[in-house]
Amino acid sequence: MKYSKKSDLFQLLVFLAPAILFFALMKIIPFFMGMYYSFTDWNGISAVKTWVGFNNFIRLFQDEDFSNSFIFTAKYTVVVVIINNLLAFLLAFLLTRKIRFRNPVRTVIFMPNVIGGILLGFIWLFIFTRGFPTVGKLTDLAFFNLPWLGTENTAFWGIIIVSVWQFVGYLMVIYVAGILSVPHELIEAADMDGATSLQKVWHIILPLIMPVITVCMFLTLSTSFKVFDVIYSLTKGGPFRSTEPVALNIYTEAFGRNNMGLGSAKAFIFFVIVALLTLLQVWFTKRKEVE
Amino acid sequence: MIFKGRWFLELLAIVIAILFLIPFYFILVNSVKSFGDIIMDGASWPKAFMWVNYVRVWETINFPRAFWNSLVVTVFSVAGMAIISAMAAYRIVRRPTVFSKVILFLFVSAMVIPFQSIMIPLVQVANGLNMLNSHVGLIFIYWGLGVPLSVFLFQGFIKTIPIELEEAAVIDGCSPYGVFWKVVFPLLKPVTVTVIILQSLWVWNDFLLPSLILQNTDLRTIPLANFSFFSEYTKQWDLGLAGLVMSITPLLIFFLFMQKHIIDGITGGSIKG
Repeated sequence: MKYSKKSDLFQLLVFLAPAILFFALMKIIPFFMGMYYSFTDWNGISAVKTWVGFNNFIRLFQDEDFSNSFIFTAKYTVVVVIINNLLAFLLAFLLTRKIRFRNPVRTVIFMPNVIGGILLGFIWLFIFTRGFPTVGKLTDLAFFNLPWLGTENTAFWGIIIVSVWQFVGYLMVIYVAGILSVPHELIEAADMDGATSLQKVWHIILPLIMPVITVCMFLTLSTSFKVFDVIYSLTKGGPFRSTEPVALNIYTEAFGRNNMGLGSAKAFIFFVIVALLTLLQVWFTKRKEVE
Repeated sequence: MIFKGRWFLELLAIVIAILFLIPFYFILVNSVKSFGDIIMDGASWPKAFMWVNYVRVWETINFPRAFWNSLVVTVFSVAGMAIISAMAAYRIVRRPTVFSKVILFLFVSAMVIPFQSIMIPLVQVANGLNMLNSHVGLIFIYWGLGVPLSVFLFQGFIKTIPIELEEAAVIDGCSPYGVFWKVVFPLLKPVTVTVIILQSLWVWNDFLLPSLILQNTDLRTIPLANFSFFSEYTKQWDLGLAGLVMSITPLLIFFLFMQKHIIDGITGGSIKG
């Protein structure tokens, strides 16, 4: 296709400029502004931003709450990645068998995912603080009588329960697609050779859905590391900031205490870590695909 | 034996489904109780149905207003980002110059920037452009933030469209814009549906960005409006739960109708992503 040079330039503008303009304005410029802020002592209100060099970065490495929020986020991420993927695969495996009601059950398991994190957190805030205690009184089961959001340990597992309820259906849907793409002949051949279900999963299904597993691991990893909404409405980071994810720590620093400079420095470190994690994951995925 | 095994699996599936539904039971049942009854017994069937909770929520948070706000923001945000992303992706794929490759690389790599890393200066940018407390401002921000993923999904799909169709249209005297709108865009329907669904769920449910941009209560979206029932010290459970049910119901209805597309969108989007 050939057009004149002038009209070509104009087309370039029409097709590409809107996307580039908004993308630059809302993502790239803020990104670099944030890098600049992280070297200042800006409080968000005054017009004066004094350059403080690496002071903020030195401060945040001594900030115990910040490192604790990283430890919490890492723990949360590891647990969520393992539990969610394991459960999602098992659910997908169960719900790709020839059983009745499998479609409605899939629908029900996926349903929580369309509800946003904030509302989802409130649902469980109610269940943990009002629902479970009454069930506990009726049944005398220790599980329901735990102070669910009251102690550091139970709050952690409470958040895990909510995260599983929210996200396992999403992953299950992807695993279902993966399992269904495994060629039928392979399973039938294995059946003829008398393979057990476990052998079929281990030797046929798992190796063949390796790309799906990597995608699901990546999805859980990147969303868990950035978790904010659910925890904000469920525990607000408590008790005693024990369930404060990094995203919430940054938010509180910037908009709760008006330390925009320090908050920006935290946000920058957060970016570096998320970017490294993502790159590592992509590198890992690529390596798996070559094999 | 096989028959027995299947029974067990079906029972297991049903038990799992019930486990997933229990939270909905709790909020539904309690949304029609008085505050006292909720505190007394949060599990039993309501003694009296307090439909008045719903009426009060409707009025206190001005539910129709919040719903309308969410609708306006979601529709314009998603429509805008879909259009500008489709156009950009088309250009990038069909004219693979160094420039367009660099742009695509920038879009894709910007996906690793978490929102929290840009939110502080983003509020500044919005302030500078007079976009605080404005739906238009919020919508423009969603355009900028939604472009990377959308462009990425579109360009993957456009690569699979045979270029011959476009060449034929050009020979028939179609302008470059006509080629895009009349030939290419209709062919993009499957991926457009994916983009619309993935981004709609994000925008509709988003909390943090609207909370930073919209302070005026008349402008607030559904997640923000609901938040007011759950302030730190006084949890108005009776209203809060009715509000939750009202906010969740339209979403679940949307989901039940669009189920097939949503599932396709997620599997398609994630396997390409």
